[in-house]
Amino acid sequence: MLRLVAGLEIPTGGRLLFDGEDATHLPVRERRVGFVFQHYALFKHFDVADNIAYGLRVRPRRSRPSSTEIRRRVAELLELVQLSGLARRLPAQLSGGQRQRVALARALAVEPRVLLLDEPFGALDAQVRRDLRRWLRDLHDRTGHTTLFVTHDQEEALELADRVAILSKGRIEQIGTPDEVLDQPATAFVAGFIGEAVRLPVELAERTLRIGEQAIVIEHGLPAGAAALFIRPSDLTLAEPIGRNLLTGTVVSVRRRGPARRVELSLGDGLPTVEIELSAGRTARKGQAVHLRLLTPRLFPS
Amino acid sequence: MRDSATAEGTLARWALIAIAVAFLGLFLALPLLAVFSEALRKGFDAYLASFNDPDTQSSIGLTLLIAAIAVPLNLVFGVCAAWSIAKFDFPGKSLLTSLIDLPFSVSPVVSGLVYVLLFGAKGLLGPSLSDWDFKIIFAVPGVVLATVFVTFPFIARELIPLMQEQGTSEEEAALTLGASGWRTFLTVTLPNVRWALLYGVLLCNARAMGEFGAVSVVSGHIRGLTNTMPLQVEILYNEYNFVAAFAVASLLAGLALLTLVGKSFLEWRYGDGLSAVRRP
Repeated sequence: MLRLVAGLEIPTGGRLLFDGEDATHLPVRERRVGFVFQHYALFKHFDVADNIAYGLRVRPRRSRPSSTEIRRRVAELLELVQLSGLARRLPAQLSGGQRQRVALARALAVEPRVLLLDEPFGALDAQVRRDLRRWLRDLHDRTGHTTLFVTHDQEEALELADRVAILSKGRIEQIGTPDEVLDQPATAFVAGFIGEAVRLPVELAERTLRIGEQAIVIEHGLPAGAAALFIRPSDLTLAEPIGRNLLTGTVVSVRRRGPARRVELSLGDGLPTVEIELSAGRTARKGQAVHLRLLTPRLFPS
Repeated sequence: MRDSATAEGTLARWALIAIAVAFLGLFLALPLLAVFSEALRKGFDAYLASFNDPDTQSSIGLTLLIAAIAVPLNLVFGVCAAWSIAKFDFPGKSLLTSLIDLPFSVSPVVSGLVYVLLFGAKGLLGPSLSDWDFKIIFAVPGVVLATVFVTFPFIARELIPLMQEQGTSEEEAALTLGASGWRTFLTVTLPNVRWALLYGVLLCNARAMGEFGAVSVVSGHIRGLTNTMPLQVEILYNEYNFVAAFAVASLLAGLALLTLVGKSFLEWRYGDGLSAVRRP
């Protein structure tokens, strides 16, 4: 999709609008997009400063800034991406995170109308990714470029974006703020994709939800019959065996995950196991039977 | 104790090295030495005097002229072919790739014959060419054509694997930054392949100057007109003019040595980029 916006590929149908202006047939070089590639695509034989200056130097003479102006812009951008001391280094002499920041500065140099980032942190290790993610969000808040960021890492998408679009097989499933996407998934695909959800096949009757051998009473607006229930780790909580409308499960395994514990539970034979999160202070034994309350039923017709 | 599982015993190692060195000495170093010693057998003055022969001088001139035409032609062709094969997908691409290798697999004599059959007096296009009073066979244009044909894989073959490996992302980056296609080629594509290109030019040039088979068929051996250096060597040798024959041969051998030095230098200077290249 980014390649369509950038003009590197031709759409088979539809139109592409930049600020309401049709750009569908505008050649790449006239679109003024800033493209940051997953594998950086820096010019190997140019040093950092020349890489950044490239987009300015290739402009036609009448719109090209003077060489002092270019130098000033490059220094400014180097400052922005925090690489001021490395102007004369070659790309091969930089770390992955530094290379990606050079690529970003190079894309920003042409004052793009839209900034396109194609899994820019995909090739970096987790720690660098987290730092760069925060830094990029900060940079975005300061410069305000319209930015399109493609990633497979949903955590990255939800943390960075003002608006998230979830695509499946080339179709947009949902566009919304991270809160909307997380709290009100529009389709079964989104519900299953976001938030480590597990999909359980369930049977619906009027005001009843049947999971395997168990049934609870809930309000739902769906027609009776087969449906899909998506359960995230935060949707179930352990409950005291009093009160009604509880599910029972058996602990399959307990794993430590960061500050919390993950408990894997079976709700019945033949059903996929679900996970719940326990704070580190609490624990559970393997094989133990537990009572569970379903906090948020995420139901979709199947 | 062996250093590693693949290390052979000391004896086997030395035997292998000895065989390789002996083979090289016998088939490469010794003949090379013979060329220079034969050329200088009657002294340095006789060696220099062999170059006073006007026919020899014209053969050297012709060889330089042919290389000066064939190498730039193949430079342009090689870059075009490598560019289109490495960066685009089109029907017939694999056919083009194997066609480029054709001159390697066909005997040079056969390629020369093809030109005679095409352009010769009794050939396909011969009669119409003689109407125009334009001679190709047994004339310089034929020699140039044959040389271009024989040498055309060298540059393309050096560039294709390297360009394929590098992919198109740098070019795409340049385009999104507003560079034109030509500008992208000059500032991004060409610098990325410059060492491999130079290497291909060296090999192409060595072959263009040294080609014998194809040139021999089309040139007609007209002294002072269509004889290149390798052909002149043969003629002089057949006339028992050994010193002169070996003197001209020593020039060709010197060229080969220069090419070797240039090639080693390029490999040393730019090992990474060239190691990705398959040798023809």
